[in-house]
Amino acid sequence: MKSTLFNMVAVLFSITLIASAGVGAVNMITADAIAEANALATKQAVENVLPQFESNETDDMVIDDMAIKIYTAKSGEDIVGYAVESMTKNGFGGVIRLMVGFSPEGKILNVNVLSQAETPGLGTKMCDEGNALISSIQDKDPDDMSFSVKKDGGELDALTAATISSRAYYEAVERANEAFEVVSGAKSAPDSVSGATSTNDNQEGAEAQEGGNNE
Amino acid sequence: MQIVLSGILKNNPTFVLVLGMCPTLGTTTSAINGMGMGVATMAVLIMSNLVISLIKNLIPDKVRIPAFIVVIASFVTIIQMLIQAYVPSLYASLGVFIPLIVVNCVILGRAEAFASKNGALDSILDGVGIGVGFTLSLTIIGAVRELLGSGAIFGYSFGIADYMPLVFVLAPGAFFVLGYLMVLFNKFAKK
Repeated sequence: MKSTLFNMVAVLFSITLIASAGVGAVNMITADAIAEANALATKQAVENVLPQFESNETDDMVIDDMAIKIYTAKSGEDIVGYAVESMTKNGFGGVIRLMVGFSPEGKILNVNVLSQAETPGLGTKMCDEGNALISSIQDKDPDDMSFSVKKDGGELDALTAATISSRAYYEAVERANEAFEVVSGAKSAPDSVSGATSTNDNQEGAEAQEGGNNE
Repeated sequence: MQIVLSGILKNNPTFVLVLGMCPTLGTTTSAINGMGMGVATMAVLIMSNLVISLIKNLIPDKVRIPAFIVVIASFVTIIQMLIQAYVPSLYASLGVFIPLIVVNCVILGRAEAFASKNGALDSILDGVGIGVGFTLSLTIIGAVRELLGSGAIFGYSFGIADYMPLVFVLAPGAFFVLGYLMVLFNKFAKK
């Protein structure tokens, strides 16, 4: 068809109008189902890292510009554990999101990888059961250790050929621990909320710079 | 039938037309990822071919590309929302790549080269043919890379992962596998 200003404008306008109406309609149909699927996924992730619980309440906070969610799981009035949804942007493939379960005393119960875009076969091993990352921190109290891999002089194991992924993983766990300390401090003794959010940022910067060899 | 077969063999989007290389190289780290990407692309391709062949006479020539892109982008968004709502596990593994279907030149290429010149039925058949060809190619590339790189096929591991050359799962391996498969395809299948 020959192009005139009028028919170009009219046709493009109609097409975008119809297309956006279609997308909007599908959005209305699927919005509830998507919210439901996301809520279910979160619930399962929390259940994966914590012992049995009856109810949970959610706190939001921001540490280093990243949104962190803390789910406090209760059985009756007793706190049975905390699940912290933490993240890092320093993975080899960008953002890694983790769910970290803490016991009320502050031990790491379990870690579940919610999303990652690491190199398949290398960094993605962080999702496997019983991998080197989870087994070097499971059932330990983060207060007793430094979050750095052996290559950086720390004591934690890294995944073979995936040092950057491993660093990022521990960084996210460390951030989860910061959030856990704030929330657990507030819940058990309301007066003692102080300065736990601003620990060692400098160290992370130094680690990121010396990376860049193998993943 | 001729149209469908031509999409799989003579006009195979990956090995002959060499279109849509970005998702081809990026998503084929395993057979199942390649297949998922192929099927999602096929769904968009069939729908966009159908709609574009129906509205081709209403679109002024000078704005046909923007018009095609809007149609394609709408279908991609719709399919993304449907997958997210009803197959969350597939969305978790393919999520990042679904929006990239919009800029997959296989789809715009077929809209321009076929759907804008042919009728609705032929355009659907072309979408099926090219879609199946794309899905098969991606699945094969993914299977070869998964087998050579991590000793598994469709996630079924043979327990030999430690002895396999990991490079095939990484980006350079994608080029090796694609190159050799292209050679083999052109030697045998194209005749």
